[in-house]
Amino acid sequence: MERVPRVLVTDEAQKVIDQLRGEHGELMFHQSGGCCDGSSPMCFRQGEFRTGISDVLLGEVHGCPFYMSRSQFAYWEHTQLTVDITKGRGASFSLEIPLGVRFLIRSRPFTAEEEKALTPVETMM
Amino acid sequence: MSVTLAGYKKPNTEGSVLQFKKQYENFIGGEWVPPAGGEYFDNPSPVDGKVFTRIPRSKKKDIELAVKKAHAVKERWGNTPAAKRSRMLLKIADVLDKNRELLALSETWDNGKPIRESLAADLPLASDHFRYFAGVIRAEEGGMSEIDAKTLAMHVKEPIGVVGQIIPWNFPLLMAVWKMAPALAAGNCVVLKPAEQTPVTVLLFAELIADILPPGVLNIVNGFGPEAGQALATCPDIGKIAFTGETTTGRLIMQFASENIKPVTLELGGKSPNIFTESVMAKKDSFFDKAVEGFTMFALNQGEVCTCPSRALIQESIYDEFMEKAIERVRNIKLGDPLDPTTMMGAQASEDQFQKILSYFDIGKKEGAKVLYGGDVFKNEHHPGGFYVQPTIFEGNNKMRIFQEEIFGPVVSVTTFKDEEELLEIANDSLYGLGAGLWTRDTHQAYQIARKIEAGRVWVNCYHNYPAHAAFGGYKQSGIGRENHKMMLDHYRQTKNILVSYDQNPTGLF
Repeated sequence: MERVPRVLVTDEAQKVIDQLRGEHGELMFHQSGGCCDGSSPMCFRQGEFRTGISDVLLGEVHGCPFYMSRSQFAYWEHTQLTVDITKGRGASFSLEIPLGVRFLIRSRPFTAEEEKALTPVETMM
Repeated sequence: MSVTLAGYKKPNTEGSVLQFKKQYENFIGGEWVPPAGGEYFDNPSPVDGKVFTRIPRSKKKDIELAVKKAHAVKERWGNTPAAKRSRMLLKIADVLDKNRELLALSETWDNGKPIRESLAADLPLASDHFRYFAGVIRAEEGGMSEIDAKTLAMHVKEPIGVVGQIIPWNFPLLMAVWKMAPALAAGNCVVLKPAEQTPVTVLLFAELIADILPPGVLNIVNGFGPEAGQALATCPDIGKIAFTGETTTGRLIMQFASENIKPVTLELGGKSPNIFTESVMAKKDSFFDKAVEGFTMFALNQGEVCTCPSRALIQESIYDEFMEKAIERVRNIKLGDPLDPTTMMGAQASEDQFQKILSYFDIGKKEGAKVLYGGDVFKNEHHPGGFYVQPTIFEGNNKMRIFQEEIFGPVVSVTTFKDEEELLEIANDSLYGLGAGLWTRDTHQAYQIARKIEAGRVWVNCYHNYPAHAAFGGYKQSGIGRENHKMMLDHYRQTKNILVSYDQNPTGLF
């Protein structure tokens, strides 16, 4: 069985990533938790947000590395994530905010079959 | 005031107490200053989804101007006698009270919350906050210690100087006040960045109080997070940054602060457990009724509260009977026009939040949680273009994502526990530790369980009250520092130690 990706991206979200990449250069995502705009993926210029040993790399979405804190991943790892985009005036430092759109995560649990073939995550240690 | 039988008149209509301007500016140095780049963005109301005003899209230059204006007056403001600062804060509180309906209506229109709530909670809490800190700074003292008979240590509190504050959108005015009142009371000048979803009420507030504070003491710069917010957080000339929001931005702000070695305070939310022990149902009295109301508090402010009691933990032995009453109470939550004073739940603050809540309905169902109530959008006949969802009860287990993530919607996830051990295991199985609720008639439990819950605020036999004199803040990933209470002043001050020798003789070292 082919490796099952942990994170996917919709065509609509890819278009926004392309637009932002044109404006800001290489990009990255870090999945947020907590209040207000939490539980949403944050998009930054590559390297602007410093990841470390407390983060895991889940994979790439349209050429952008997608990270999450290790502690949060412990509660999320049984689900496949899809980066989508919605209209709306979000807050946060995520780069798409001025466009009046917001990246959004859609999720589904992996099947037992898929659990056996998940893409391994990468960590610094 | 223009209260009609059906409720408050919509802003910008004839006879309404509130006529928004077509466009607002930044409040910098006591003046209304357009953004340097000349750009503005549309501000829609979540009540009906329609744009009602335009807000400056500020960037680095605007932040720098505000910081400069603040620096120009920081010495004067920091040396203003406490009695004088206190009087100004009291005047601000009076202005808030006098304009309660106007500002409450603005808050409802900008944020979506029902007018009932902005009138009864946001505004009175905001004015009381100013009065509390106005009072505290008249009564507090520094310290003096005799190290020995000839040596004295004085501890004098000094303001940091100029501080940056980034405000969330769930209680736009009240959260701005939580941050600005202690900072101003402590003698700091403030540069404040409101949330881009809900910038308006704090601007109306600034219009009303502009003559009370000296120019430059309070500055408000609007804009987007990646532009204005980031410029404020990275500015080397601010002495401290305070932020309420989520964990990734919290970490980013700490990273920026580390570059300039500046202190931060962070409030990053939670996933607060609301715990109902079996003694709650020992009698069907008013206390039981209060507990059931306590369960329903997840719907307050449409669930857009950092301490939303979004996990309900109910003792197995009372589960069925308790839930029957709880669901009945949730069924009685009145949804409708947020301008109607009898409406209990209004609109979610923005379209992306609305979509996020729906995405959690989806994953909750896919993970096998059972919908006990709600679980869908609410079609509001008064405002078909607004963002409304039903109050929702899920039943599941604590490992499900709806039990672990802050949905920031009117959604509670319910599970059971057998005994105190399991209660604590579930309650503390969370990345966060901001709030918790504990309902019991057992005085031993009331203290001992409260002590063992890893959260900064444990409400015992109550929920969602926010007196200014009670410290508020998080354990674990919920943040750093506290808000409210006089201890908040220390987050906005330095301690100056003056160590004085009254000994005429040399030490003899050299």
